[in-house]
Amino acid sequence: MALSRLSLRSNRFLKPTPTLLRHVSTDTTPITIETAVPFESHLCDAPSRSVTTSSSEILTFFRDMARMRRMEIAADSLYKSKLIRGFCHLYDGQEALAVGMEAAITRKDAIITSYRDHCTFLGRGGELVDAFSELMGRKRGCSNGKGGSMHFYKKDACFYGGHGIVGAQIPLGCGLAFAQKYNKEEFVTFTLYGDGAANQGQLFEALNIAALWDLPAILVCENNHYGMGTATWRSAKSPAYFKRGDYVPGLKVDGMDALAVKQACKFAKEHALKNGPIILEMDTYRYHGHSMSDPGSTYRTRDEVSGVRQVRDPIERVRKLLLTHDIATEKELKDMEKEVRKEVDDAVAQAKESPVPEPSELFTNMYVKDCGVESFGADRKELKVTLP
Amino acid sequence: MWGIVRQRAVDGGFSASSLRRTRSALVSARSYAAGSKEMTVRDALNSAIDEEMSADPKVFVMGEEVGQYQGAYKITKGLLEKYGPERVYDTPITEAGFTGIGVGAAYAGLKPVVEFMTFNFSMQAIDHIINSAAKSNYMSAGQINVPIVFRGPNGAAAGVGAQHSQCYAAWYASVPGLKVLAPYSAEDARGLLKAAIRDPDPVVFLENELLYGESFPISEEALDSSFCLPIGKAKIEREGKDVTIITFSKMVGFALKAAEKLAEEGISAEVINLRSIRPLDRATINASVRKTSRLVTVEEGFPQHGVCAEICASVVEESFSYLDAPVERIAGADVPMPYAANLERLALPQVEDIVRAAKRACFRSK
Repeated sequence: MALSRLSLRSNRFLKPTPTLLRHVSTDTTPITIETAVPFESHLCDAPSRSVTTSSSEILTFFRDMARMRRMEIAADSLYKSKLIRGFCHLYDGQEALAVGMEAAITRKDAIITSYRDHCTFLGRGGELVDAFSELMGRKRGCSNGKGGSMHFYKKDACFYGGHGIVGAQIPLGCGLAFAQKYNKEEFVTFTLYGDGAANQGQLFEALNIAALWDLPAILVCENNHYGMGTATWRSAKSPAYFKRGDYVPGLKVDGMDALAVKQACKFAKEHALKNGPIILEMDTYRYHGHSMSDPGSTYRTRDEVSGVRQVRDPIERVRKLLLTHDIATEKELKDMEKEVRKEVDDAVAQAKESPVPEPSELFTNMYVKDCGVESFGADRKELKVTLP
Repeated sequence: MWGIVRQRAVDGGFSASSLRRTRSALVSARSYAAGSKEMTVRDALNSAIDEEMSADPKVFVMGEEVGQYQGAYKITKGLLEKYGPERVYDTPITEAGFTGIGVGAAYAGLKPVVEFMTFNFSMQAIDHIINSAAKSNYMSAGQINVPIVFRGPNGAAAGVGAQHSQCYAAWYASVPGLKVLAPYSAEDARGLLKAAIRDPDPVVFLENELLYGESFPISEEALDSSFCLPIGKAKIEREGKDVTIITFSKMVGFALKAAEKLAEEGISAEVINLRSIRPLDRATINASVRKTSRLVTVEEGFPQHGVCAEICASVVEESFSYLDAPVERIAGADVPMPYAANLERLALPQVEDIVRAAKRACFRSK
């Protein structure tokens, strides 16, 4: 049809009038965008910098990242008003990783990550209200309020958590890949960890086995340059995390560029299915401190943080892309952000209203097969329960 | 049993060789009926793993030397040949790595049987056993269950020194979300391991190296491939009325010997084989003590905060008014395991220790 031959510029005249109900552009015509930063590779040929995408996809990136950003900011204020307790590790700044990865894979590919898991959960199809409910310890939460910030899961989307012990998720992720290979599935596992975890011995143990047994495991180092308060130059003799796999190929990626992330993950999936494990180092940045109890300013300057925000912010980059390619107008994007903000506010309000778990939930989900076991409360003569 | 004989006759027709076969089958059938079949704990464990692997393709074995070497203690002998390298995996010496991989595989629905060459090495992987396996079902509110078995020899062997002799029953059994089993006899080994492999929850299966070679009578029922023992139920190995002796694993044998010695002196001891450390069969424990009024608990491991401490606490809490004597604990000495044979003997419970404690509970002098 003639329409397909028209340039994007003239398409503007044929676009339907934007309404509040239009969520994403349905235009899936392939567009090719060059990544700003080249890939660096180790023991493999880097993928092309030309990424195939579409208006629809880039708009989805924008909306999804805006939603993730707003969720984390809302979590920040909820934590400060003491509605969220304990640990709360925020992901704002790193959103491009979550959305770029999802664009390259299916919901049958598995993801496992650390405690900085809210946005990964959302990326896997998790609902905002389930996330906020879990953070506030409500029954409606994705783990019924029993997990907390660090233990979000969504098994039906092959999201296996949510892990509090630094580095533990790496062998676990290799185990998920093992199962995929055992079951002869054509799917892969992305196991995400930080620059701090990159020095863990169990990483090298698991990587060795993954390489020996050709497991479809993709190790993704989210290098946000700080392991809690320790900068990479103080914790790693070799901070070239994509090369630390030694005999395992690696790729260094601009982790603030959703399209580069997509390209790298697509490349990694193809690689892992054919050749076994590969390491992706995502160069990214977190605006918040390590957790809500860390101001994030004692080990880095405010100028550094604001500098990254100005030059590399993942959402701003996608906004620029959308405007430059005339996929959306400034007003449309602002409206989208307003919608997202309302979505998040509504979810927070809903979560605030939802009840806390029943006291009997203290004793549920201990075992799948409880076999009439007894369990006790603090005063065992007062609270003694036979597990169902 | 007669059915087997009949079948052989039908298969072979009435040729001379088949008659000979039938006759020898009859002979063995007769001895079968007369005595009982015996099986070593090693063969019991091997047959259990074999049968479960045969029944469920999701079950696989992983550990150091489990494949080509046939198992460091030969428990997995023949499995690699029978099932191939896609069901039996030799791992490098990296417990943290391969245990985590096993747990991850269990997250995805496979059923790993992870062998620790001894449970002393499980400490390198203990984070995965506790934080990745035991707690997952709870933290995920039932989304992620972990149908994994961690098995291997536990406790003291003979002369292997301090780093290779620790008993981990108390440590693992204190963790909610785990099931912890400790077989004694061949029947225990078969029934409990099959139950463990079928169980959808993480099970720590504590074997004993010195029991592997011991033979026990085994019933027809226990040899059946569907045989399973319930998890969480203790077994009364010997009934008695004067004092209850409760223990698990190798110490069950010692307790039975002690009961024989006590019987010679007119003390009737009831010996309970826990089989399951978690869940602990408090009902059987307390029912027995309510019957005898005296308790002796025995374990090989370190005395402080041990399994015996939990049993004693349970009895004191629930059956206080039934006790006619203070509760007794016989445990390993409160020292790292020494090497010298005489010191090692002093560091572990002996039959005479159990006898002495039982007599104390009966207010009898030596």
